[in-house]
Amino acid sequence: MSERGFDIRRQTGFNTIAVFCFVMLYLPIILLVVYSFNAGTSIAIWEGFSWRWYVSAWDNEKVQAATFRSLIIACAASMIATSAAVLAALATTRTRPWRGQMLVFALVNQPLMVPEIVTAVALLIFFAIIKVATGYTGLWYLIVAHAAFCIPFAYMPIRARLQGMDLSLEQAGADLYGTPFKVFCRVTLPQLWPAILAGSMLSFVISLDDVVITEFVKSAGQDTLPTYMLGQLRRVITPEINAISTVLLAISILMVSGFFLLSRSKK
Amino acid sequence: MSDLSANFQRRERRLRFLLLSPVMLILLFAASGPLIIVLIYSFLTPGAYGNVEWSFSIDAWFNVILKRDIFTGELSFADAHLTVFWRSIKLSLMTAILAFLLGFPTAYFIATRPRRYRDVWMLLIMIPFWTNLLIRTFAIMELIRNEGTVNTLLMAAGIIDQPIQMLYTEFAILMGMAYVYLPLMILPVYASMERLDFSLVEAGYDLYATRWQVLRKVIFPLVKPGVVAGSILVFVPCLGAYVTPRVLGGGRQLMLGNLIELQFGQLRNWPLGAALSLTLLAIVMVALIFYVRAIGREGASNV
Repeated sequence: MSERGFDIRRQTGFNTIAVFCFVMLYLPIILLVVYSFNAGTSIAIWEGFSWRWYVSAWDNEKVQAATFRSLIIACAASMIATSAAVLAALATTRTRPWRGQMLVFALVNQPLMVPEIVTAVALLIFFAIIKVATGYTGLWYLIVAHAAFCIPFAYMPIRARLQGMDLSLEQAGADLYGTPFKVFCRVTLPQLWPAILAGSMLSFVISLDDVVITEFVKSAGQDTLPTYMLGQLRRVITPEINAISTVLLAISILMVSGFFLLSRSKK
Repeated sequence: MSDLSANFQRRERRLRFLLLSPVMLILLFAASGPLIIVLIYSFLTPGAYGNVEWSFSIDAWFNVILKRDIFTGELSFADAHLTVFWRSIKLSLMTAILAFLLGFPTAYFIATRPRRYRDVWMLLIMIPFWTNLLIRTFAIMELIRNEGTVNTLLMAAGIIDQPIQMLYTEFAILMGMAYVYLPLMILPVYASMERLDFSLVEAGYDLYATRWQVLRKVIFPLVKPGVVAGSILVFVPCLGAYVTPRVLGGGRQLMLGNLIELQFGQLRNWPLGAALSLTLLAIVMVALIFYVRAIGREGASNV
């Protein structure tokens, strides 16, 4: 067939562009990480290795508070989103199809379709009304807002797993007079754990990384790590920002890799 | 018997309602419900210190593209707003095109690797995508600012003696958005390329087509739904981008997202901000309808 070594799959220049893309995708991030270890105050001139910016970020009280707040919000929001998503996924996969199913699907995916800035503005207005009416200005606004946009990310892997499951085990459970609740706890849930874990990890990362909605919803003094970093922009940028970014990057990459491993394990 | 099945159906409906209620409550409270309030606010009068006064007015919708002269009352186009609209659409389109020029060959490269390595290559594309958007924007900023890597290198090499101003330009926003959203192009294009039947490509060569002809007349038409889907997937988030233009445009090159924020910040015109948000939402919805149709065509062509 290919006596002259003619490769039908080759396209001139495509490999070069692809390699360029892969390099460009990683180079800025790698530089960002490298300069977080810079001994000098520059983010472009290398002056030797040091941990000083990690130490200074660690000692910065504002960073500590923002980190703590980010973690609380991400934990609470991902737990709420995942629990709610498990119930919703059961409703959409374990009951017979019904009218209005498309509506539920559209609603669940809404956070993916509506631009974040629009949701942020809507929440700013809505929560302003509630804040005036109730006087409450705590963290729960942020937690609920985060839970809402985490729901589709938690819902997708859980629903996929429920759909791919072998139903005969659940039927056997029901045949042996297990109540639906008991069957869920003893049969469905043990098989569902990887998807639940995957969904909650993805939600955790999505919540941890959010800037726009947090920036609009937060009350005074409720900076999360990303909004703190955004606020630092107006000042002189030191590698401290790189150090914080590197830690956040490491968390994201760990969680996302975990997500991929868990959602692949079913195959 | 039918009584029993009616009873069963009722119980199933109740169970379904109970299972769905937590998700629905959260979404109605913090996603869909507030959008209705935005609609109401867009028809109110701005308050003196932000927020609104509860009197009906359609001024906000007028002000989206028009402005009234304070002295003569004459209506004219609001140039400032139109500039921002135009910049948003222009930069989003350019980003989609740039993402296509880079993403199409990359998707092709991945789709022509041996099957067992393709997932790894795709994972390499997706990992940056799932990391913090703000951090990736920061990374681009550190690369192109005046004291950044690119300028430092060029000056050290003696190619330039003044740093090139790249940050706070439209070019910076374009670079940033292309960098941030490139995976959204590669993903759907790769998905349609993976199913590409290479015997068709071979047939093209048998008929003495050049590589360019095969690419244009055989490969491209077959993966076009993926390209359309990818372009819209890139275009839509660019249109509503807020973080990237704020960091890389530095408040000098506003896009729609930044204009909306201004109405809730310095300019204290919440109704106008609400009207602008809904305008953005409407444009995005139109784009998404095209997206669904593109996906639908692709689904149909696989049968």
